[in-house]
Amino acid sequence: MASNILYFIVFLGILVALAVPLGSYMASVFTGKRTFLSFIIRPLESGFYWICRVDESEEMSWKQYSLAFLLFNAVGFMVLFLLQIVQGRLPLNPMGFGAVRWDTALNTAISFVTNTNWQAYGGETTMSYFTQMAGLTVQNFVSAAVGIAVALPLIRAFTSKLRNTIGNFWVDMTRSVLYVLLPLSIILAVLLVSQGVVQTFNPYVKAQTLDSHGQTPVNRIAQSAERPNEYSPHGGREGKAGYPLAGGALFAEGATPIRGQAQAPVTEQVIAVGPAASQIAIKQLGSNGGGFFNANSAHPFENPTPLSNFLEMLAILLIPAALPFTFGVMVNNRRQGWAIFAAMMILFLVGLGAAFWAEWQGNPILAQSGLGNGTNMEGKEIRFGIGSSVLWGQVTTAVANGSVNAMHDSMMPLTGLVFMFNMAIGEVIFGGVGVGLIGMIMYAILTIFLAGLMIGRTPEFLGKKLEAREMIMAVIAVIAPAIASLIFSGIAVAIPTGLSSLNNPGPHGLSEILYAFFSYAGNNGSAFAGLNANTVFYNLTGGFVMLVGRFLTILPALAIAGSLAMKKSVPSSSATFPTASPLFTVLLIGVVLIVGALTFFPALILGPFLEHLLLCSGRTF
Amino acid sequence: MKELVRSLLVLIAMSLLTGALYPLVVTGLAKAGFPRQAQGSLLMTGDTIIGSAIVGQNFSSLRYFRGRPSAIEKSYDAGNSGGSNFGPSNAKFLEEVGGRVETVRKDNGLERTASVPADLVLASASGLDPHISVEAATIQVKRVAKARGVPEPDVQVLVERFIEMPLFGFLGEKRINVLRLNLALDNIASQVNQSLTKGDEKR
Repeated sequence: MASNILYFIVFLGILVALAVPLGSYMASVFTGKRTFLSFIIRPLESGFYWICRVDESEEMSWKQYSLAFLLFNAVGFMVLFLLQIVQGRLPLNPMGFGAVRWDTALNTAISFVTNTNWQAYGGETTMSYFTQMAGLTVQNFVSAAVGIAVALPLIRAFTSKLRNTIGNFWVDMTRSVLYVLLPLSIILAVLLVSQGVVQTFNPYVKAQTLDSHGQTPVNRIAQSAERPNEYSPHGGREGKAGYPLAGGALFAEGATPIRGQAQAPVTEQVIAVGPAASQIAIKQLGSNGGGFFNANSAHPFENPTPLSNFLEMLAILLIPAALPFTFGVMVNNRRQGWAIFAAMMILFLVGLGAAFWAEWQGNPILAQSGLGNGTNMEGKEIRFGIGSSVLWGQVTTAVANGSVNAMHDSMMPLTGLVFMFNMAIGEVIFGGVGVGLIGMIMYAILTIFLAGLMIGRTPEFLGKKLEAREMIMAVIAVIAPAIASLIFSGIAVAIPTGLSSLNNPGPHGLSEILYAFFSYAGNNGSAFAGLNANTVFYNLTGGFVMLVGRFLTILPALAIAGSLAMKKSVPSSSATFPTASPLFTVLLIGVVLIVGALTFFPALILGPFLEHLLLCSGRTF
Repeated sequence: MKELVRSLLVLIAMSLLTGALYPLVVTGLAKAGFPRQAQGSLLMTGDTIIGSAIVGQNFSSLRYFRGRPSAIEKSYDAGNSGGSNFGPSNAKFLEEVGGRVETVRKDNGLERTASVPADLVLASASGLDPHISVEAATIQVKRVAKARGVPEPDVQVLVERFIEMPLFGFLGEKRINVLRLNLALDNIASQVNQSLTKGDEKR
């Protein structure tokens, strides 16, 4: 307990110490100032513009900016979809995987282009190395870069006066990749390899295992027929997935304990490897979250040590936590950056405390069946334990990352509730790179509007008057994803096709469906993975909700950027509501919580909360 | 139209940069700096790969320390990965765990009401967890020593030697790598090489 709390403090301390300077660095990058990396990257950047016929000095209106954004996503979607369909004929496919099923490919293409990185497939059993690299890794970079890029017009709009342009999409995106994502990814990838994350183009490894019984029941039976004397004690035993069963006792007490063992044929373990480190680095830094392997960051090759775990969590939060500071620097009001950061951090800490408490209690029913205090290690790895698994869960759902180092489906109901709430409110507690800041600014606009009603003045934010148009757009951005997620959850619960994918009955089943749609809508990508989402129904509805979650937050934000940029700046007076203050931070937190509570509490009560109450009273399903 | 052409050009350029150049650079750096880790931290006996130091293996014989239950369809099949995704109120799951608790007690000669380490009966997230807790190893010492006909203290000493401590005292949990521990066990008896070669010939 004490060491877990020490862990949390050290982690958040290091995070802030890195986020503040990174925030300033990004502000320099995005305003075109020279940085310490410019001497290498600047020539690369110019060459890039030359090749791609981008005029660096060109300024776009918000509509042109949106068009460029939409076209780039459309092209990215088409290419990624086609890559999966034809991967069987492409190189770097040592395991010979064929075409990905059309609905899975469609869902995956939407998922990676929208920075959700929901995975309806298992990486090591579906995707060739070529698809992982040229398709998925590329979208890991560019979808993250797009996320950062589209936040910039909104930031710049506060300082530009009477202009009808909001910047250049291609420049914003290119700089995000070249100056921020790529250098950080290279450093992180090498650090991860040092911890044991694989990075190789070799085919899967075949190992001869130590114990001869690591085989499937089927093999065991087959071999016992060949060598009945050695294997008969094990022959017909059934058991799920070869879990060591009681009958083993017969063997050791039999006549041939050691010799028999020595003569037994060793069996084979196929070990999936691949160029994982390069993809994992960007999956964490760019709030992507899509794993190289099915078990994501719980897999020993994605996250081998406690140190790699620490680094990956830091990487998830780093850019989203730095962007409020970038905002502060770019609007010439660092305190405003801190006020927004503080709101995010307080919401984060409240959630972390609640989730950690819930998980630490353990499972009362397991406690009764002889597991000491009922410590809930189901779906967790020993090297991470309870503390780091909960912290990761909180980090990955607060940021729209979605990679997991433990199975959220198996966590305690209230832990799951906290994670769902983080996603449902629209991924604004740090949130995805760029879009998290956009979401929080939308909530800030709502907050200032409410404060304006209370004091009876026209709401102003950083010298810009907020009027009907801004309010309408902010409301769309806040509630469109919420509506989409709730409506489709409702449909999934109402039809057999939706229910047949469940892994768990009772209220936990509702939680699985809710979690999935909150995750789609928040562009998060984590899952209560028991739900079999690789069906036509979930692939299509999920794809649609992901599109709503992405485009109906970004496009309203660009529209607001366009209208704010055209306004003149009003000097602040004594009657202006101070937005760079603790009072504002408190109000902002209040608005986030109230909107979240009004929208989602009925659903959350019927799912995780009900499960919690019933579990405490000993009810199972 | 102008923007469509640019979209294509930017995507192509980005694909070359981040989809080809970047992974190749990382692969090169990994090969230069950490060749063993980059290949999967493989453990070898002579020319035979016997597994990865950081990926768990299935152990069901009484002569070996056992790892955690694996929820992968074929236990510890490292061509795949994943957890059970059972929710905490799932009756089928709770019943299964109850069965495992009984098994652990019986195999290790524990009392009928003895408390069992949670990790030894609850499936890991990856299905490939290479570790168990120190408690989970300790309760197996007696059984392993008996099955091998080795003195119990020898096995106990070995277990203690393989405890991995949290980094800087707070990063990670106290744990034991099952495959490494079992390898060391075999080396004490020095039978592993022999058995591996024989196994190979039979194939």
